[in-house]
Amino acid sequence: MSFSGLLWQLFAIVLALALAPLLTGWVNQCRAWMQNRSAPPLLQPYYMLHKLFLKDVVLAHGASHLFRFAPFVVFGCMVLACAIIPTLSTDLPLAPAADTIALVGVFGLARIFISLAAMDIGTSFGSLGGRREMLVGFLAEPALLMVIFTTAMISQSTSVATIVETLAHRDFIIYPSMAFAGIAFTFVSFAENARVPVDNPATHLELTMIHEAMILEYSGRHLALIEWAAGLKLYAYSCLGLALFFPWGIAEGDSMFGLLLAIPVLVAKLAIGGALLAGIESVNAKVRIFRAPEFLGTAFLFAVLGLLVRLLLETRV
Amino acid sequence: MSAAIPLSAQLINLFASVILLLAFAMLAQRRVLPLINLFALQGLTLCLSTLVVAFTTGQAHLYGSAALTLVLKAILLPWILHRLVRKLQVKADVEGLINIPATMIAGIVLVMIAFNVALPISQLSSAISRGTLGIALASVMLAFLMMIIRTKAIPQVVGFLAMENGLFLAATSATYGMPMVVELGIALDVLVGVIILGVFFFQIRDQFDSLDIRHLEKLKER
Amino acid sequence: MDFFTLTLAIPLVSGLLLTVVGERAWAPNLNIIASLGTFLASALLTVEIVAAGPRFAFGEMFFIDSLNVFFVALTAFVGLTTSIFSGPYMRNEQEHGKLTRPRLRLYKSMFQMFMFTMLAALTTNNLGILWVAMEAATLTTVLLVSLYRTPASLEAAWKYFILCGVGIAQALFGTILLYFAAERVLGETGNALLWTHLVDVKGQLEPTIMALSFIFLLVGYGTKVGLAPLHNWLPDAHAEGPTPVSAVLSGLLLNVALYAILRVKVLADGAISGSFAGNLMMGFGLLTLVVAAFFLSRQKDIKRMFAYSSIEHMGLITFAFGMGGAVANFAGLLHMTMHSLTKSAIFFTVGHAAQKCGTQLMEDIRGLIRINPVVGWGLMLGTLAILGMPPFGVFASEFMILTHAMKHHPWATPILLLALGVAFAAIFGKVQPMVFGDTHAKPLPHAPAIIPVFVHLGLVLMIGLWIPPYLTRWFHEAARMLG
Repeated sequence: MSFSGLLWQLFAIVLALALAPLLTGWVNQCRAWMQNRSAPPLLQPYYMLHKLFLKDVVLAHGASHLFRFAPFVVFGCMVLACAIIPTLSTDLPLAPAADTIALVGVFGLARIFISLAAMDIGTSFGSLGGRREMLVGFLAEPALLMVIFTTAMISQSTSVATIVETLAHRDFIIYPSMAFAGIAFTFVSFAENARVPVDNPATHLELTMIHEAMILEYSGRHLALIEWAAGLKLYAYSCLGLALFFPWGIAEGDSMFGLLLAIPVLVAKLAIGGALLAGIESVNAKVRIFRAPEFLGTAFLFAVLGLLVRLLLETRV
Repeated sequence: MSAAIPLSAQLINLFASVILLLAFAMLAQRRVLPLINLFALQGLTLCLSTLVVAFTTGQAHLYGSAALTLVLKAILLPWILHRLVRKLQVKADVEGLINIPATMIAGIVLVMIAFNVALPISQLSSAISRGTLGIALASVMLAFLMMIIRTKAIPQVVGFLAMENGLFLAATSATYGMPMVVELGIALDVLVGVIILGVFFFQIRDQFDSLDIRHLEKLKER
Repeated sequence: MDFFTLTLAIPLVSGLLLTVVGERAWAPNLNIIASLGTFLASALLTVEIVAAGPRFAFGEMFFIDSLNVFFVALTAFVGLTTSIFSGPYMRNEQEHGKLTRPRLRLYKSMFQMFMFTMLAALTTNNLGILWVAMEAATLTTVLLVSLYRTPASLEAAWKYFILCGVGIAQALFGTILLYFAAERVLGETGNALLWTHLVDVKGQLEPTIMALSFIFLLVGYGTKVGLAPLHNWLPDAHAEGPTPVSAVLSGLLLNVALYAILRVKVLADGAISGSFAGNLMMGFGLLTLVVAAFFLSRQKDIKRMFAYSSIEHMGLITFAFGMGGAVANFAGLLHMTMHSLTKSAIFFTVGHAAQKCGTQLMEDIRGLIRINPVVGWGLMLGTLAILGMPPFGVFASEFMILTHAMKHHPWATPILLLALGVAFAAIFGKVQPMVFGDTHAKPLPHAPAIIPVFVHLGLVLMIGLWIPPYLTRWFHEAARMLG
């Protein structure tokens, strides 16, 4: 580990912190354009965070320490996740810190804390949101793991960095398994990031909301941290997806040129990805909450099929 | 490792995966007409896959079977089924005996079984498309599952035909296709079968005023 | 024109002809004449094969040896007697208003087409064509089973189609695997599905593939044989279809399906060391035998009961061929013949009996011996024959199977005896009051054709007492070929 490596790692984290709200803003803007609405400014999430950080925190009477700690834990988890996922380079100091399975665990930890915090106050909306979040997570996590196993089998390693290096270096081959895994991953990301077919980030309709129901009681800097963490989660998932399925452009080693080139490539990929996300959200209708298991079941199905197809078709014994 | 797979084999694998995916989609589809369309799409994919095998191996008779698949399974049979649905005024919904997620899980288990059965065999094959044998068997089993869980006549027949698709894939993938005379015979049988079933549908509907085959459960051991 | 071509051409041409001309007064006679022609051609073909040995026809497309020529002759013979029987039977049905003229036309043309597909299945050398012909045989009979268009018959036909369709699809997969195994040895010539080529190289076929292929083929064709647990279609189709169709289904179609299994078993035995195929067949056979025997006692419908009896006998025959060896194969072939003849004779009498009493429910059929002594005695004797009473041929074959099983597979003996005992009690206990007892049924408008019944039973009796030497020789040769 070199000093410059450390610097780049720090830079990657700062970049994540800075880009995450921008990505959220970009998706919202695209969505507004596609739906023929006048779009909010690109920087709206920053204004939002700024405003929230300046406001006072109002705590419910029954709130415990857990309620106050949870936003920090969630935020910390997401920052860690962003640091582990190779956004700019595969050779950063934190990359060997955790493999993909641990990464899923980090996401899971954040989920547990936010659900617990939601139930902590004892309002019906909070518990409802927490329960629904756990339902989604319980179904999404196995699918995500299956996706990761498929990629791990191709590269024979569960370390994100190794997977990305292997995938970026392979010849151009049509992997049906990767196609299946990609579809499954898209499904999971939609569910995990409270996007349209499963949840709608833009409403407060009590019958349907999941994420919003959990954070109703938060205010001030706590809410700001949680919103930021949500942005980071979207950023993390996007980067993970890009790293797994479109790994080209991510630098290996810590050469200045490669890393500097990786930044615009990443921004461009995120911009396209965000626009696609907004597009998919616009053409789909939100499904009833009871159909969410079916949606995630499909994701799981795809992931397992990818794994099986990988085993059958692509291994030459 | 994987890098040695030639492009044609990749394409065949891709098409085979699509066929498997369509088999699952058919299992999950709740309505009749999209079901028939999915079946037609499966036939088309089958035809493309056969074409790739034919082109790669230079087996002339495979072009014939590809054409046969296209005409019969992607055009003629779906057309007949569409007509039947319109003439019989079948209700759009397909009801299953068990719910869809459970069906899917059963499907995954079947696919695993099929892959396990096929693995030792596909390793013996020298054919370029040998890996798809497991997928073929899996498609057959999924179609079989569809026939079991569906309670309406037309989806059962689509299941039957999808089974034929899987078998055809098995024939092209393991052995570059059966001898032409056999393939023609099979195609003829399938066509005649569907026509007879068409006649049969009308008889069933005249008798029961419905195509729900749960009416056909009177004959049991008492 | 040689005899083989005639054997295949007559049913095909007459089937088409009967479709074209429609239902005429002379159509039943044409049906009989065509069947007679087929039978004569097949008899002459048999003589030729017995004298000159196996031969090919149409290049290597068809192959006739001592094994299948014997089935061809049997099929043609039962086809002939069934067509004689069906003349007055179908007229009576028409008078009762159960059938219309277009349906009679359908019946006759499909009957001949059915004969054609079965003869083609028996004589083809190509295992792919064998599959095609078997499927075609299913298709021709689906419409025959639903001939009455009653809800029950539609249900039976639907079940028949779907179950046999699924079964036959398994068989196709088995055939594909077989082709796959063969192609590795024979190369990509068109000959890799020809049985005569396969049998030459059977020792070199890949055992793993052959084992899997045989399982699929056994399950697939086994569905048509009526092997448990895929036998459900059989009682329904037999009970709801017209009686002549029940007779040919039971007497012929099951045999043809079993013949297909036998052909493949020869290949599987050659490829796989040990008796894998035989053990599988023995297992399925015993299971079928036991399942059928216990279902027999619960039947109320007379045709259903005899359908279960067919399943039971098919189980016994499968068991016999599973044991393998010259004696068991001989017994199996003999039992197939005896069962075909006896069971079709029984269905003829059952058809008349049911027609007379206007029902198929056994509790309403009483006193056959008073209404028509000939039919009554026919049913009684047929039942005694199928139950394996001593003077009849079934006794001889069952005795051979049992003694062979006692010697080589003693564990199976109690199961066999139990199943046969249960079947005996069930059938005899139900047939006895039907034949003897009070009745007040009216005579039928058309006198039944009873000759076929007694011709069949006479043959069964004759073989039970004395098997002609040329028949023995012929059976022995076929049994030896099965290994």
